[in-house]
Amino acid sequence: MSHATVDLTGTSVLARFIVRRDRIRIVVWIGSIAALVAVTAASVKGLYPTQADLDLAAAASKGNAAAIAFSGPAQGLNTVGGQVAFQAGASGLVVVALMSLLMIGQLTRGEEEAGRLELLRSLPVGSAAPTVAASMIVLTMNAVVGALVAGTLLVEGLPVAGSIAFGASFALLGLVFACVALVAAQISENTRVVYGIAGAVLGASFVLRAVGDIGDGTVSWLSPIGWVQKTRPFAGERWWPFLPTIAAAAGLLVVAEVLAARRDLGSGLVPPQPGSRTASPALGRPLGLAVRLQRGSVIGWGAGVLLTAVAYGSIANSIDDFVRNNKTLADMFASGGASLTESYLATSMRILALVGAGFVIQSTLRIRGEEIQLHAEPVLATPVSRQRWAMSHLLVAAGGSVVLLAIAGLAVGISYGLVGGGVAVVPGLLGDALVYIPAMWLMVGLTFALIGLVPRGVVAAWAVLAFCFIIGLLGGMLGLPRWLMDLSPFEQVPQLPAAHFSVLPLLVLLVVALGLGVTGMAGLRRRDIG
Amino acid sequence: MTPAIAVSGLVKTFGPTRALDGLDLIVDTGEVHGFLGPNGSGKTTTIRVLLGLIRADAGEVELLGRDPWRDAVDLHRRLAYVPGDVSLWPKLSGGEVIDLFGRLRGDLDQRRRDELIERFELDPTKKSRTYSKGNRQKVGLVAALASNAELLILDEPTSGLDPLMESVFQDCITEIKGEGRKVLLSSHILAEVEALCDRVTIIRAGRTQQSGTLAELRHLTRTSITAETNRPAGELADLGGVHGFEIDGARVQFDVDNDQLAAVVSRLAEFELRSLVSHPPTLEELFLRHYGDELARERALTRGDRNDQV
Repeated sequence: MSHATVDLTGTSVLARFIVRRDRIRIVVWIGSIAALVAVTAASVKGLYPTQADLDLAAAASKGNAAAIAFSGPAQGLNTVGGQVAFQAGASGLVVVALMSLLMIGQLTRGEEEAGRLELLRSLPVGSAAPTVAASMIVLTMNAVVGALVAGTLLVEGLPVAGSIAFGASFALLGLVFACVALVAAQISENTRVVYGIAGAVLGASFVLRAVGDIGDGTVSWLSPIGWVQKTRPFAGERWWPFLPTIAAAAGLLVVAEVLAARRDLGSGLVPPQPGSRTASPALGRPLGLAVRLQRGSVIGWGAGVLLTAVAYGSIANSIDDFVRNNKTLADMFASGGASLTESYLATSMRILALVGAGFVIQSTLRIRGEEIQLHAEPVLATPVSRQRWAMSHLLVAAGGSVVLLAIAGLAVGISYGLVGGGVAVVPGLLGDALVYIPAMWLMVGLTFALIGLVPRGVVAAWAVLAFCFIIGLLGGMLGLPRWLMDLSPFEQVPQLPAAHFSVLPLLVLLVVALGLGVTGMAGLRRRDIG
Repeated sequence: MTPAIAVSGLVKTFGPTRALDGLDLIVDTGEVHGFLGPNGSGKTTTIRVLLGLIRADAGEVELLGRDPWRDAVDLHRRLAYVPGDVSLWPKLSGGEVIDLFGRLRGDLDQRRRDELIERFELDPTKKSRTYSKGNRQKVGLVAALASNAELLILDEPTSGLDPLMESVFQDCITEIKGEGRKVLLSSHILAEVEALCDRVTIIRAGRTQQSGTLAELRHLTRTSITAETNRPAGELADLGGVHGFEIDGARVQFDVDNDQLAAVVSRLAEFELRSLVSHPPTLEELFLRHYGDELARERALTRGDRNDQV
């Protein structure tokens, strides 16, 4: 194949088709990133109404290695714009990079792996058209994100140059990771591996800039996230660091094209690794199968909880300084009698438990997923009862939730211990996390009851979690009535270490969880599978 | 002896759709039974009832003398099943899936497993994600055929297999038949059914149309006749039981109802018969005769396929 003739026949039709098919996903991605920046800008203005507040916040963050590691270099923090760039910067940039790599992975390798690309290529469609169409869409998404981010900040009345620099950071970083994903998509024929490769590059970029930003900033130059943050939005903008960003994107694009020319449709540059010829002894029982199928998911969620918990634990020590002079933040962590640090740790545990509940629902819904994907049918055609089959996944969900809570408690405890709390806090914080076990199991039971009784409506489990999240994060600030907040099982758990332990609510949660589980099992036994 | 499968008046509805509408099916001990019907006629739904995955709305269903819904787990120790579309966990290898099913069933025969993997030329180390349709089907077949189950329930088991593998499959079923085990074979490959099955049941729109040995079914239909005569035999067209009559000079071609066969052939002889070729209907012709016209009419009337319901 020659490079001179790139056949683009059908590109615009394909691009329109992608927009039609993925319109909801596209809008949700763009909307949530713009909303993140808008909400941050509004909250910064509310939290720090005067220059004195901003100066205090800047002073608090300046020497805070943990905050810098998770947000970015401390630049221009005594301005509203600088605070927005600090608070929404690193997380927003990670989200825009995720958006780009997931979209590219799905639209290129995902389509190819599913065999749909083959069908398209059998039509009068140019060889480069599907990839170019996907790239055009993702490029446009990034441009729109950049424009919306800049526009939002301008509407909030922030300086023009900073707003444009900040918006451009989003657009160009997204572009770089779209190109990273394009290269990864040539390497493996497995879409999940593509996500893994591109995700690893993103993770490395984040860690390198964290290390650099804590130090003298040199190491940050190894990271694309570091490059765009070096443009210093709202802190004396300089534009030239966008050049390596654009150059990297262009270079990756050329690499992707060279690699694409060396491979066949459907294959990757790296051949797939063979699996095992025979099954291990564990893989002969339903529980062994469920563990094997969900192992990766537990590890992934565990890593996420670990990182979040370390982030929370490592700033626990400075929370008193941070909050003392700020009424809004103090309200957020308000709790009669307990110290601010204790309230903060209790809130952290509740948030980590809510994050872990995401795993719980996903893991329990695996039962329904196995059913829909016709994986359950041949298993249930062996002498495995429905109860035993469902129980195997329920055990993984319930056991996995304990693992995640243990990771959360230990990680918060150890990181808080290292920054000043002392090792002695670890066992206590582990217990403060594990106290959420009954609430997690209630979520298992609830999800399973839906699977047993209304298999077509299981998505409601996610709505329940969203409700619990809103109650848990914003309930106090929104001034919601007590009875409404009490509906969330996470509110029933004693908020340790800021409150006293009491066993009764935990027993009630366990009984409800058990009742829901029994109900779900009765429903599953009675209904049709499939 | 109780039959392996005894179904009568089976009804199953999905919302407004009546997927099974009084279906009957008898599979006797020691026979390979062909289960035929157009797409969406209810074959898979019947099999799912037999496996206890879905519950019958009405009718009698017995599998090996017991209730497939209530006694599912016990019954499943005695049967092996191959779905029409073998859906595998992407990250497990074919070998792992075969072992898993063997162990879940509790009768993994290592020697037989390895022999079947060889015969079907399956690479057991590949991840399921990378298997083609035919290879996924082979995984399902090896997992089922490696068992010693007394009843095999096979739902279009060879879809996607190449002719070479198709013949390996037929050899395997012939061996199983020799061991006196029972097989319910739902299939669209009529040559496969003709080669393997003792009896067949043909269903349509959730009802049994016909059931019997191939010879019995043939008897109920027509024989094709091609003949050459010295005198033009045009007047045969008016005889009762003659269909699709065509004449081309000395040559005539027609189908005749089997109960009129003797009368028509003796009339034919009167026109100074020079040559005569007759052949019984192939299963394919049987099938088309049953469904050809009716299907066209029905498809025009009802939209939508039962298949996407499941």
